[in-house]
Amino acid sequence: MTTSETTYRVTRADLVRYAGASGDFNPIHWSERFATGVGLPGVIAHGMFTMALVSRTVTAWAGAPDAVVELSVRFARPVPVPDTDEGTEVVVTVSERGQTDEGHTKLALTATCRGEKVLSLAQAVVRKR
Amino acid sequence: MRMPLDQSFVGRSYPPTEPYVVGREKIREFARAIGATDREFHDPEAARAIGYPDVIAPATFPIVLTMASSHQQIVEDPELGIDYTRVVHGDQKFAYARPIVAGDALVCVNTVEDITSRGGHDFMTTRSDVRTEAGETVVTVWAKLVQRGKEDVA
Repeated sequence: MTTSETTYRVTRADLVRYAGASGDFNPIHWSERFATGVGLPGVIAHGMFTMALVSRTVTAWAGAPDAVVELSVRFARPVPVPDTDEGTEVVVTVSERGQTDEGHTKLALTATCRGEKVLSLAQAVVRKR
Repeated sequence: MRMPLDQSFVGRSYPPTEPYVVGREKIREFARAIGATDREFHDPEAARAIGYPDVIAPATFPIVLTMASSHQQIVEDPELGIDYTRVVHGDQKFAYARPIVAGDALVCVNTVEDITSRGGHDFMTTRSDVRTEAGETVVTVWAKLVQRGKEDVA
């Protein structure tokens, strides 16, 4: 069984760039005033940004950018991103979990921020090239 | 006093969206935003070398189409009456027939797949069938949205 771990740095600039690229301009991802006003600890990353980091780990593991057959996650906790040069870190792990009936590879995924799981039930199915 | 989401919406599909024409620069912009440097996301020659007519999109790119269209059609459906200020994104799933490729003209058919209410919260699963104009299935996208109860105190 192969497990690999990748650490991604996430800063406010990343969230602004992702907002523009994805079209998700929800102010909880860029306005401290708005985020704290709705009871969040501060600006949080887009869940879909975290999922995108997971997808990078999966395609890197598979060795092909078009290998993903299925990808699913549950957003368990927000990823707070402080307004600092360092931002925060998200750690993604991927480990093999056998084969599907079609012969694809099943992967179990985790994503953590400051030691806490931010995704649960995260998994992927990838095609062998 | 709170009305749970109307279960009779389960199974309701909305009219196909206007085609979204996927631009090469949009894919590159999205790939840069998530830090994905695979050449096939940026360089048409690299994508052609693995059998695609133009750059391919990263796995979560379909959200660009499906979040906007399902929000507009389902979340903002006045008959369903979702209070988006109480909504959080619960689950997300993609099942791919193939990657999205620059030049694709994609239509979304959005469906309310499930509604449940539990512990004062409502859970709604939407499914977006993303197809080419010719009807070829490209990717199926599920999102579970959680509408928190008004009395919810963390």
